[in-house]
Amino acid sequence: MAEVLVYVDHVDGAVRKPTLELLTLARRIGEPVAVALGAGAESTASALAEHGAVKVLTHEASEYADYLVVPKVDALQAAYEQVSPAAVLVPSSAEGKEIAARLALRIGSGIITDAIDLDAGSEGPVATQSVFAASFTTKSRVTKGTPVITVKPNSAAVEAAPAAGTVEALSVSFSDKATGTKVTGRTPRESTGRPELTEAAIVVSGGRGVNGAENFAIIESLADSLGAAVGASRAAVDAGWYPHTNQVGQTGKSVSPQLYIASGISGAIQHRAGMQTSKTIVAINKDAEAPIFDLVDYGVVGDLFEVVPQLTGEIKSRKG
Amino acid sequence: MSLRIVVTVKYVPDATGDRHFADDLTVDRDDVDGLLSELDEYAVEQALQIAEDADDAEVTVLTVGPEDAKDALRKALSMGADKAIHVEDDDLHGTDALGTSLVLAKAIEKAGYDLVISGMASTDGTMGVVPALLAERLGVPQVTLLSEVSVEDGTVKGRRDGDAASEQLEAQLPAVVSVTDQSGEARYPSFKGIMAAKKKPVESWDLSDLEIEAEEVGLEGAYTTVDAAAERPARTAGTIVKDEGEGGKQLAEFLASQKFI
Ligand SMILES: Cc1cc2nc3c(=O)[nH]c(=O)nc-3n(C[C@H](O)[C@H](O)[C@H](O)COP(=O)(O)OP(=O)(O)OC[C@H]3O[C@@H](n4cnc5c(N)ncnc54)[C@H](O)[C@@H]3O)c2cc1C
Ligand SMILES: Nc1ncnc2c1ncn2[C@@H]1O[C@H](COP(=O)(O)O)[C@@H](O)[C@H]1O
Repeated sequence: MAEVLVYVDHVDGAVRKPTLELLTLARRIGEPVAVALGAGAESTASALAEHGAVKVLTHEASEYADYLVVPKVDALQAAYEQVSPAAVLVPSSAEGKEIAARLALRIGSGIITDAIDLDAGSEGPVATQSVFAASFTTKSRVTKGTPVITVKPNSAAVEAAPAAGTVEALSVSFSDKATGTKVTGRTPRESTGRPELTEAAIVVSGGRGVNGAENFAIIESLADSLGAAVGASRAAVDAGWYPHTNQVGQTGKSVSPQLYIASGISGAIQHRAGMQTSKTIVAINKDAEAPIFDLVDYGVVGDLFEVVPQLTGEIKSRKG
Repeated sequence: MSLRIVVTVKYVPDATGDRHFADDLTVDRDDVDGLLSELDEYAVEQALQIAEDADDAEVTVLTVGPEDAKDALRKALSMGADKAIHVEDDDLHGTDALGTSLVLAKAIEKAGYDLVISGMASTDGTMGVVPALLAERLGVPQVTLLSEVSVEDGTVKGRRDGDAASEQLEAQLPAVVSVTDQSGEARYPSFKGIMAAKKKPVESWDLSDLEIEAEEVGLEGAYTTVDAAAERPARTAGTIVKDEGEGGKQLAEFLASQKFI
C-alpha cells in the first residue's frame, strides 16, 4: 500500500489536534508515515501510533527553532526522498503552507492549500476547498508530481486506529540556505486556558458592538459557560479590545466549529470568510438588517448587554 | 548605493462584488470589478516607509495580470511608488501559484532588487505562498508575515506573530519580505500623488522578455486543476426573534434543543 507523508505540528512533543485529523485523511489514501521535527520529536510517536502512523520519522536539531522555515523544508524533502510517498499532507497553518509550497517547488509537484476534505479519487487525491469567502466549494487535484496538500483544522474527525508507529531517525543535511533567516527572539503566547480558536467545537465572538476591552468579559463568561474559544472581529481587534491572535476572518483565523455565536458583529464579507462554514451559527445584534442574520440558524435582534448575560446565566443554571 | 525595492502587487476581483468562476473554472476577472488587493496596499506602505528612511531608494511595483491590472499599478504609483512593471501575456491565463512565482521571480531578477516586499496573501486566491516561493526561487532569505519591519545597514528585521509565539527575525539583504495587515494603515493617495502617477513610467513585459516558454505557465503549465466549482447552497433561513426581555432564555432553549447545553 502506498505511503502518505504527514507533517507533524507539535509543541515540545505534544501533537496538536489538526495533525491527528490529517492522519484520518491520510488513511483514506494510504499508510501514514509521520515526520516530526525539533525538540520533543520522539515524544510524538505514541499519539501518532494510536491514530494510524505506521512509521514516525524524527529529527531533533537546534536549527528548527533558530531559523525560519527552510530547515523544516530540508527535512521534509529528506523524508520525501526516503519514502517516495503518494502524497504529502501538511497542516494549514501559516508556516505549514510556506513549508509545503517550498517543498512542492523543490520536488516539481503541484500544491493545494486549505483543503477542507480529501478523498482518494481515481486519478489521485481530490481536495475540497472553500473559496471566495466560502461562497463556493471546489474540487481540485494536483496533476503534476506528488500531490502536496495543506489541510485546515476541523476537516476530519480524530479517529483511533492503532498502528506500529515505529520510530526511525531521519537523516537530514541542511542546505546552505537553511540559516538565512535567524530567529533572534521568541515570546511564547500566554495560554488563556481556553480551547484553541481553530480547534474549538464552539466559538463565541465579539465585535464592535461589544464597545470596549473591559466589556469583553461578557463574551468571555459566555464562552467559559460553554467551554468555548473566544473570537473577535477585526473592528474589535483594531480598536485594541482583543488580541489579533483571536481575530476571525480573512486576515485572522478561519474557524469551522459546531457552533459559532457572533455578538455585535455585522457580518462583513471578510468576517464571513472565516466563519461561514461553521455548522450552526447564532447571532445577537441590535440591527435587524445586519447581514450576519442571513447566515444564522438562530438570531436574536436585541442589545447584547441584555441578551448575552441572560444567556450565560441560563446556560449556567441549566448545567447546574 | 541605492536600495532597490520591488513590491509585488496583485489585481484582484472586488471581494464585495459577485466573485465567481469563468467557464474554464478559472477566476472570472472580466465580469467583476477589480482593484489593487487591499492586502498588497500594506506592502506598498511598508516599502514607501523603508524608502523614506533610506538615504537613497527606489520603489518599483510589479504585477502579473491582465490589461486591467494596470489600475493596481496606478494606485500604487499614486501612493508614492517610483515606477511600475506590468507583466502581461495572453499565455498567462490560468497560471497557478507556482507559475506566478516563476514569472514574478524572473521579472524581479530582470528589474534588479535588494528587497522584495509582498502582501500576506492575495484576497482572491488567499494561498499565502507566493512570498515563500519567491524566496525559494531567488535563493534568498524569506522574512515573511511581519507585523513590524525595518531595514538598516543591509539587514532586514521584523516581528512575526505566530500562533504559538511572537518571533523576532533577522536576515541579510537581498531578501523577500511579506507584511500583514497589522503592519500599519496604508496611506491614501493624495491629489498630488494621483497627478504625479500619470507621469511615472510603466514598463510592459511579456513572456519572451522574461525568457519563459508558454508551456511553463497558463492552464497548460499549471500543476493543479479545478474539476468542479459549485456555489455553496444558501443557508436555510433561520429563526429570528426580537428580544422582548426573554431573548437570552429563548436562545438558551435553542442551544439546548441542538444539544449544545
Ligand atoms: C483586506 C481586508 C481584510 C479584512 N479581514 C477581516 C477579518 O479577518 N476579520 C474581520 O472580522 N474583519 C475583517 N475585515 C473588516 C471587515 O470588512 C469589517 O470591517 C469588520 O468585520 C467589521 O467588524 P464588526 O462587525 O465588529 O463591526 P461593524 O461592522 O461596525 O458591526 C458592529 C455591529 O454591532 C452591532 N451592535 C452595536 N452595538 C450593539 C449592541 N449593544 N448589541 C448588539 N449589537 C450591537 C451593530 O448593529 C453592528 O451590526 C477586513 C477588511 C479588509 C478590507
Ligand atoms: N499575479 C500577481 N502579481 C503580483 N504579485 C502577486 C501576484 N500573485 C501573488 N502576488 C504576491 O504574492 C502575495 C501572496 O499571494 P498568494 O500566495 O497568491 O496568496 C500577494 O500579496 C502579492 O504580493
